[in-house]
Amino acid sequence: MKLLTREALLSFRRAPLLSTLSVTAIAFSLFTLGLFGLVAVNLRQALRGLEERVEIVAYILRGTPSETIAIASQDISAFPEVQDVNYVSEEVALQRARSELVEFRDAYRDLQVNPLPASLEVRLKEGFRDAASVEQVAQRLKGFGFIDDVRFGREWVQKLDHLRNLTGLVGLLIGLAFAAVAVVIIGVTIRLTILQRAREISIMRLVGATNWFIRGPFLLEGALKGLLGGFLSLVLCYGGYLLFRDQSGGTLAGLIFFRPEHMVIIIIFGVMLGLGGSLVSVGRHLRNV
Amino acid sequence: MRLRDEREKARPPPARFSLLTSHPYFAHVIRFSNVYKGYPNGALALKDVTFHVSKGEFVFLTGHSGAGKSTIMKLLYAEQRPSSGEVRVSGYNVTALKPDEVAKLRRRLGVVFQDFRLLEDRTAAENIAFALEVTGARSDTIAARVMRVLTQVGLSAKGRAYPRELSGGEQQRVAIARALVNDPAILLADEPTGNLDERATRGVFQLIRDINAGGTVVVMATHDLDLVRQTSYRIVEMRDGSLVYDSAVDEAAAEAQ
Repeated sequence: MKLLTREALLSFRRAPLLSTLSVTAIAFSLFTLGLFGLVAVNLRQALRGLEERVEIVAYILRGTPSETIAIASQDISAFPEVQDVNYVSEEVALQRARSELVEFRDAYRDLQVNPLPASLEVRLKEGFRDAASVEQVAQRLKGFGFIDDVRFGREWVQKLDHLRNLTGLVGLLIGLAFAAVAVVIIGVTIRLTILQRAREISIMRLVGATNWFIRGPFLLEGALKGLLGGFLSLVLCYGGYLLFRDQSGGTLAGLIFFRPEHMVIIIIFGVMLGLGGSLVSVGRHLRNV
Repeated sequence: MRLRDEREKARPPPARFSLLTSHPYFAHVIRFSNVYKGYPNGALALKDVTFHVSKGEFVFLTGHSGAGKSTIMKLLYAEQRPSSGEVRVSGYNVTALKPDEVAKLRRRLGVVFQDFRLLEDRTAAENIAFALEVTGARSDTIAARVMRVLTQVGLSAKGRAYPRELSGGEQQRVAIARALVNDPAILLADEPTGNLDERATRGVFQLIRDINAGGTVVVMATHDLDLVRQTSYRIVEMRDGSLVYDSAVDEAAAEAQ
């Protein structure tokens, strides 16, 4: 075990240039992947902001007793899809209309009777903010006798659905492409390392080292390079993130960075890339000689 | 001039341990039985080669380049497998060796080459220690064992030298020390003096003879006929992939007459 670690670390000292090259290759591959990941994360965040606004409004028949409404809104809150239910009385509706619809302020001020109905504003939990769930909940709301009409931005919700599917699909494809490029680059640099040390491997075999013994240091070396590369790529990504956020002059102030679990995943991904690249390269080499 | 003719004139004493060669199967540390080795292009590197080596023997493998000497060596250390026939080395059947067994077999062998095959970025002592480390030797015994073989090859003062700081003869001695450090049953030497001047050749050859005198079987491939003629060791001569002369067999036949 001690020998394994020593040999793996020695390889960095013996071939500093090639080691640096491998680490940099891993770092930049993961960096491009990471930048794309950042874009994806922020798109998701933006979508989530849009989703928050998915809302179903159920208008209540005039003259419905408030107890009925209270009981019903409790029932509605208990729907598995529903996050919260907000009762908007006729007066509140009018106030809102006055403050939000400035153009009609005068019209509303002169009214003798409040023409606006009371309503229940229903917001859905995350994961149910798609057209199908919204439609379902709306149908169920219509079932209540005191509900006059149910409104939601049908087209808008559908567009949101499309947008979500599209970003998901494009994200997956581009992500896979970047990952494939990263794997190839890392495989090539590790192959270079192994070719450089082919002589050493042949001598190890000659003096009776088992194949696993030969693989060991290379695998550890690959994993270490992956770890370093992953870490470096995070640093680069963070630099890129700061640059973008600060150069945008405030328009992108809401830009978010990876959450800790994302960072861990990126580093683990780097380690696995290094390990996998080494395993494939050494395996091929050992079979060929 | 053919070696056979020379031998018949000189009539050297019988090879040592010649009694053992007639003994059963287990007395042989190397058995080559009807070995063929073909290449993918159809050419035959070895044709029906049969010879056995007993404990303690020193065998010269001679012949021109391409005669099959190196192929025999590669079969002996399981770098290649025979196309047909049987190769047994130190109890291992090379024909059907698993990867793990290849490693085990090689720990019982020491192999030395014309080009030394030392790692340039390690000192002489580290090169030797490397052979112990890869076989999982206990780390507290390594330094002493390395010193012992360095002394044995006469380089006890040069353990800290890198290969480039050593002469060809010294590098070959380091390679021999590396081959010896695992106490091999068999030393395989493929043209060990091929890159050395005459003086270094004599020294390295004497070292290999001493190793054989200690009981290690030596198989040495060479086309240096001067070396072969100096001694009365067994000679196996190859030509175009066939074994054309084996002094042990010929002498046994001569004695039988």
